[in-house]
Amino acid sequence: MLPRETPDRAAASIAGRATAALETRQLSRKSGDRILVHDVSVAVTAGEILAVVGPSGAGKSSFLRLLNRLDEPTSGTVLLKSTDYRSIAPQDLRRRVGMVMQTAYLFPGTVADNIAFGPRQRGEAPAPDRIAALLERVGLPGFSDRHVSNLSGGEAQRVALARTLANEPDALLLDEPTSALDEASVRGIEELILGIVGERRMTCVIVTHNRTQAMRLAGRTMVMEAGRLAAIGPTREVLHAG
Amino acid sequence: MLAELQGSIGNDVLVGLMQAAAAIALCAVVVALCAWQTVHVEREAAISMLRGLVQMILVGVVLAVLLHGSLLIGSVILFMMTIAAAVTASRRLKGMNGALLMCFWSIVAGAGTIIAVMLATRSLQPEISILVPVGSMIIANAMNACAQAIERFRAEIVAHTGHIEAALSLGAEPAVTVAPYLQSAVYASLLPRLDMMKSLGLVWIPGVMAGMVVSGASPVYAGIYQFIIVAMILAASGITSLVATALMRSRAFSPAAQLLLRPADPATSGRPTA
Repeated sequence: MLPRETPDRAAASIAGRATAALETRQLSRKSGDRILVHDVSVAVTAGEILAVVGPSGAGKSSFLRLLNRLDEPTSGTVLLKSTDYRSIAPQDLRRRVGMVMQTAYLFPGTVADNIAFGPRQRGEAPAPDRIAALLERVGLPGFSDRHVSNLSGGEAQRVALARTLANEPDALLLDEPTSALDEASVRGIEELILGIVGERRMTCVIVTHNRTQAMRLAGRTMVMEAGRLAAIGPTREVLHAG
Repeated sequence: MLAELQGSIGNDVLVGLMQAAAAIALCAVVVALCAWQTVHVEREAAISMLRGLVQMILVGVVLAVLLHGSLLIGSVILFMMTIAAAVTASRRLKGMNGALLMCFWSIVAGAGTIIAVMLATRSLQPEISILVPVGSMIIANAMNACAQAIERFRAEIVAHTGHIEAALSLGAEPAVTVAPYLQSAVYASLLPRLDMMKSLGLVWIPGVMAGMVVSGASPVYAGIYQFIIVAMILAASGITSLVATALMRSRAFSPAAQLLLRPADPATSGRPTA
């Protein structure tokens, strides 16, 4: 018997997660007649990594974009530490729910400029030693003055992660963060994610097409199919059943 | 008035039409050369030339009437020109709701403000025979600036969707995320006008100055007045571009700071285009 949770069972498991840091409630999004995300209810606790897997076009990235309100849900909502995210200013919400995309999308300038971008939006100028510490943490010591055009793909993705961490988010959304990297860089980024989420007790949701990556990183995994939550549970059970 | 109209239609017109036919023939050769190089502009060139010729003949007839018309008629004509300019500029934004109104208000802000300032400072005489030609020059340049600014701004936004959303995801305000693209769009729209100003008198002597000199005005004053006209064209274009890009920026994002202006493929992106 497959150890899959039905959406009802998933909803029931939410009730048991009183300490959910990030929670979706009947989250849906349509574009015209096309269902992108339908009635997804999940809860993620602080310090937990939830992987989102599924075939191409299943709605994984669409779901992730709803979590920091880059897109607007058609119905349902998201709770951030029990607060409906529609009551939080979008800029504040996105500082608290950081996102790293598949491509790093670094801004022209130096690595330090990129790291300082988030804090500067709220009028703060991070001290050089804080930038240096962040770069040290992501494995790029001494990279502050490097121009972003001189970085490899793996280095750029580490800078993107450090740039997001500079905002000190409560939750971290990762959209296929290693899909464009070589195997050595993938392992390095994975170790970094595990370390940072553990240290900071962050809530992390990672979209990946790589099931073995989900195994390595996530305690729980949700499977999406055609925009719907098809299964959710401990990663090994869900993926072995699939 | 009728005599004036009849006076403008004579042998001169026949000669003019023959010269226009020669000009069209030369353009046709260029179009054929383009086609030989697989650049196909035959249909567009034919329509443009036909429209241009008919429009200019009509303008000539209208101007013949205008020389004796009232200032109110001149104002109505400038208003109609502004609407036509807005329709033309808004064609660059096919599929965007409210594009026509956006272009209209941008051109009104740019051309309208500058024409009003020129009238108030008496650098533009409130005579219909001067107001309409000078006003139309300003409106036409405002239209071009509007079209160039919005087209460039949209292209920049669509090309940098990832960077814009990365900045939004870091808590940036929408205006901050598109600031570099807005600056480049306004600059690009002003470049032809800046080049026009730089080359004034060196590469070309504009029509207003030539006309004033021919009609007996002091060449020095004619030169200064031409500079004023070109400077006002630059100012009108600048205001128009700034207003157009600001209006477009406000339409590019939702109230929840979500980017709406995206590459047009909702089926794959899952997000609507603006």
